[in-house]
Amino acid sequence: MAEARAMDVVVAPAAPLGMITLRGDLAALAPVCAAVTGAAMPGVRKAEVSGGRGIVWMSSDEVLLLVAPADVAGALAQIGTALAGQHHLAVDVSDARAAFTLTGPAAREALGKLTPTDLRPTAFGPGDARRSHLGQVAAAFWMAQGGAVTVVCFRSVADYMLELLRVSVAAGPVGYA
Amino acid sequence: MSTRLATGGRLIDRARAVDFTFNGKTLRGFAGDTLASALLANDQMMIGRSFKYHRPRGVVASGAEEPNGLVNLGLGPAFEPNARVTTTALFGGLTAESQNHWPSLEFDIGAINSAFARFLPAGFYYKMFIHPRSFWKHIYEPFIRQSAGLGRAPKNRDADSYEHFHAHVDVLVVGGGIAGLQAALSAARTGAEVLLIEQTAHWGGRAAVDDPVIDGTPAAYWIKTTLQTLESMPNVRLRNHMMGAGLYDHGYALAHERLTDHAPATPGPRHRLWRIRAGRIITATGAIERPLSFAGNDVPGVLLASALRDYIVNYGVSAGDRTVVVTNNDDAYRTAIALVQAGLIVPAILDARPQADGPLVRQARDLGIRVEQGRGIAKVQGRRRVTGVAICAQAGEGAVLEEISCDAVAMSGGWSPVVHLWSHCGGKLIWDEEQAMFRPDATRPPLGADGQGFVQVVGAANGHLRTGAVLADAADAADAAVLADAADAAGGEAPVAQDAEETPMAPVWLMPQGASLKLRQKMWLDFQNDVKVSDVQLAAREGYESVEHAKRYTTLGMATDQGKLSNINGLAVLSSALNTPIPQVGTTTFRPPYTPISMGAIGGAARDALFQPLRRTPLQDWHEAHGATFEPVGQWRRPYAYPRAGESTHDAVIREVKNTRQAIGLLDASTLGKLIVKGPDAGRFLDMLYTNVMSSLPVGRCRYGLMCSDNGFLIDDGVVARLSDDTWLCHTTTGGADRIHAHMEDWLQCEWWEWQVYVANVTEQFAQIAVVGPKARALLEKLGGVDVSKAALPFMHWAEGTLAGIPARIFRISFSGELSYEVAVAAGQGRALWDRLVAEGAALGAMPYGTEALHVMRAEKGYIMIGDETDGTVIPQDLGLDWAISKKKADYLGKRAQERSHMADPERWTLVGLETVDGAVIPDGAYAVGDGVNANGQRVTIGRVTSTYYSPTLGRGIAMGLVLRGPQRMGEVIDIPRLDGSIIKARIVDPVVYDKAGERLDG
Amino acid sequence: MLTLHCPHCGTLAAETELTAGGEAHLKRFGPGSDDDSFEGYLFMRENPKGVHFERWRHSYGCGKWFIAARCTATLEVFGTYPAQSSAPPQHIRDAITARRPGWGWRDLA
Repeated sequence: MAEARAMDVVVAPAAPLGMITLRGDLAALAPVCAAVTGAAMPGVRKAEVSGGRGIVWMSSDEVLLLVAPADVAGALAQIGTALAGQHHLAVDVSDARAAFTLTGPAAREALGKLTPTDLRPTAFGPGDARRSHLGQVAAAFWMAQGGAVTVVCFRSVADYMLELLRVSVAAGPVGYA
Repeated sequence: MSTRLATGGRLIDRARAVDFTFNGKTLRGFAGDTLASALLANDQMMIGRSFKYHRPRGVVASGAEEPNGLVNLGLGPAFEPNARVTTTALFGGLTAESQNHWPSLEFDIGAINSAFARFLPAGFYYKMFIHPRSFWKHIYEPFIRQSAGLGRAPKNRDADSYEHFHAHVDVLVVGGGIAGLQAALSAARTGAEVLLIEQTAHWGGRAAVDDPVIDGTPAAYWIKTTLQTLESMPNVRLRNHMMGAGLYDHGYALAHERLTDHAPATPGPRHRLWRIRAGRIITATGAIERPLSFAGNDVPGVLLASALRDYIVNYGVSAGDRTVVVTNNDDAYRTAIALVQAGLIVPAILDARPQADGPLVRQARDLGIRVEQGRGIAKVQGRRRVTGVAICAQAGEGAVLEEISCDAVAMSGGWSPVVHLWSHCGGKLIWDEEQAMFRPDATRPPLGADGQGFVQVVGAANGHLRTGAVLADAADAADAAVLADAADAAGGEAPVAQDAEETPMAPVWLMPQGASLKLRQKMWLDFQNDVKVSDVQLAAREGYESVEHAKRYTTLGMATDQGKLSNINGLAVLSSALNTPIPQVGTTTFRPPYTPISMGAIGGAARDALFQPLRRTPLQDWHEAHGATFEPVGQWRRPYAYPRAGESTHDAVIREVKNTRQAIGLLDASTLGKLIVKGPDAGRFLDMLYTNVMSSLPVGRCRYGLMCSDNGFLIDDGVVARLSDDTWLCHTTTGGADRIHAHMEDWLQCEWWEWQVYVANVTEQFAQIAVVGPKARALLEKLGGVDVSKAALPFMHWAEGTLAGIPARIFRISFSGELSYEVAVAAGQGRALWDRLVAEGAALGAMPYGTEALHVMRAEKGYIMIGDETDGTVIPQDLGLDWAISKKKADYLGKRAQERSHMADPERWTLVGLETVDGAVIPDGAYAVGDGVNANGQRVTIGRVTSTYYSPTLGRGIAMGLVLRGPQRMGEVIDIPRLDGSIIKARIVDPVVYDKAGERLDG
Repeated sequence: MLTLHCPHCGTLAAETELTAGGEAHLKRFGPGSDDDSFEGYLFMRENPKGVHFERWRHSYGCGKWFIAARCTATLEVFGTYPAQSSAPPQHIRDAITARRPGWGWRDLA
């Protein structure tokens, strides 16, 4: 078989991320989330992320906080203090997840081979976050202002995810931008 | 003979010759040919053999509806059977072989079936192969297997790659003929996003062949300019080589794109399966010409009139020098005219209608063609090739009026709209009496999520066979499709077309209408499966009145072409035999895909490493590097054992058990589920989930718990640790992590939504390592950092600290009966801890052990395993676990169910240990039998074995089983038959056969 | 291949992202209930050709449960609403009535 064409996108493991799953009343969580990440509480299905710090909307009572890996313990302590007496759940999931980045104009198309999510620019653009499946595994992904996409999945399927993204890209463009 | 004409062929490039091989012969075609046109150009009229009678078969059609032209295509890893020659683009080096014959296409032993055809009618197999019963296994089944199947199954691994793609569009238009082009244009002009797909390499469909006038210009010009307009619109995407395969609920469509079949050297996937979600779907899939039922209509050289025209116009290929045209409509006259204009001879047009006098008829006459009306074919002459036809009166019984020599026959029985996609998702059909066709009933469309129709059919697929009507229909439908979405711009006026007036067709289901049985036995309906008019009539006589039953009895329409040519003719014959109108007989069900799509495309990229996700623990690399054999547990692959060089897996398990019992075993327990449950109501919630009390568990302590469904059955077990006042950590089984997490969310969200509880699945945050055995404490002390003494960390307690410099949580729990610690650290540090344990443990005799040693040790201790001792019908009480069921709690999931009389029945099979009298190991899944027989005359069963192992500790087989009144029968010996009928004697004993007092684990 | 609108996160979820959870609005009977009530809760299910209420979980998405009111015969979806509802909200009932006048389901109409 001839060598596969590459698409105009680069897949790579993301730089290490400190990740905290935080559940609670999102409005009440906003101040401490801002304090920990420097980001505003995102709207529904949105991500407020820059430079590896930020907040990704996960569900109506859950956000994923991104901080530097070294800051996780401190952030958890800060959250515990700020939300003392308030019903919430904060856990370190940095080691439970793997993250990848897709950089380049074909990121949307590479993902389109793998997920039923509507990825048309009118439906999914910079600042948007989605949870769905890529291939056969659960994943969350969001698009940064420049168009790069970060994909987060469970740690145990990191190899599968990387291979899935690699094969998707190596198979070449669909030409359906 | 069939040959390439000196001129003509709008799709071929005569400057580019292309060599290919057929049955080992090198032949030459041109770029732009299909395999079918190239074979015909080389006078290869006969291409295969039919399925049942091995009759000679040649191409009958020119497109996706072709039933005969199926070949083995390619070699080795590129081999594919049943490739359709009419839709296979020719390329240099193409290799094809004919199918379904032995030893050769020209001389085929199986053709002897044809001589016995009258003894092999519909239902032959059902009638013949039923008696005597004993013949089935060794005589009939091998015979049927021998003759079953068309083509050869590929032997090699498929070298090509495939992929999926998900697309979302406002409007999907299927079919790139003039109707599809116009519909796409109209829809796009309103601003909608449009995806237009076409299964062939070319746009324009039949109009490109017949070239009517559209908007005052030739259709070819209109097609070209419309394409240019569409290509210039940013909201339109066009894809050819892409077939609409199926329509499904809520605007879902599958399309099959063939990327490299026509150009095998192209890199990238061979096929792409498109999973499309469309707001509206317009199908412009055209119509398929129907054969006529006359004797010998299956002889190579008899083609559909439109196909014959396609070969002339598109490829400059003639099927024969002298072609008789037989028809019941005006359109076939176009074929006669095209033939004469190409310099070929048309000895006669046999028009079954008593009268026809449209412009096309007049034009044919003006060209000097002999037109016979009220006439038909009594019989085609020739076996492997048409040599002539016998003419008869259509109104008569087949008396031959005249014989005409010819080498091709062009037949047309009218047109059937391609309604498949419309019907896939529930669209209904109506019978159009005038055109003798089923067409879509616009008032009963497939319904979308909003309850409104989401599919519109346009053009010939909607029953419009004239150019002007096709274009108007397409423009209107596109408007309606988009206007339904409240767009305000309209798609513009439809173009105006001029094509010849046509006189109405007349349905002809038998030719001649009074044909004798002898003739009807030679009238083919299904060319591939050899179903004839006489077979359908026989089915009707034998009581197969439902069209679905008649189909299965005769196999009509069950070939790879799914009856595209045969269904309407067949049901018309059935309707006549039943004396029931066609619409009341109805059609069989149309099912996707429209034509077969590759298995590769269905699988997409999911092969090899991507076939299914395999979950890897943080220690997986180490296990692989150290020779572990693995067993699947869900999507994990857990080490089963670590055999050393020269050691069998069984021996490795024995060594691992003994070593763990005597020194130290290390187990990767990372796959165990870990769920954090937190909140003011968490204790109350866990008391509902577990059969015992978890709210009373002190912080720092662990407790074993059982979870049941509300139907009472045991669904999971594990150790719960209380982390803080409002936080618990629930361990689940490996397979239970996701399931129990979902179970918790279900009850929290759907039943007790006012309770303040949050759950998080942190299974993969941690690597968890069990350090097990009498020297386990010594090893952890060697690593240092946490006080793991009996006083500081007693059995069923947990502690936090920094072990070997790594933050860790240590649970003093045991599933082996030994002194045991489970150490959880962040997954990213798991490997570092494991390496330290292995290195520091070496001097103490530490070795890893796998899941089989784990199983053996837990069985020696009488510990249950979810999935072995449970199977969805077992309640905790069956397993003697009453001690883990709270009597005080007013409620827990399963409590009410366990109070049912059947659950409290003393006759329920109950868990006991089984000790074989001779030390043998009982086979997995064995049953225990008692005295007497049941109502079926079988020995009464009194129990079954749930776990059985060789115990290295005891040096004999041990087992657990569920036995009728088991605990009351301690010491009794029962019979357990092996598959060979021999009996194993086993004594009922306590399930705990090792350290009953628990001194070791509490050490 | 259905699509259902998740009322929690607002996406139009594909069937592959969803998990079906059976009939909605069951009333749980626990200890102390009589056999008939318990049997009804555990086993007796509606199997209508027409209007039905079903539990679905947006399992690959936001993880939340919701209830879909839909027609089992045509797959028309009348509406979806959070699972934290003991009965269909009025706007859902109205939507069903608009499309299926005279509908009934268990003791609802």
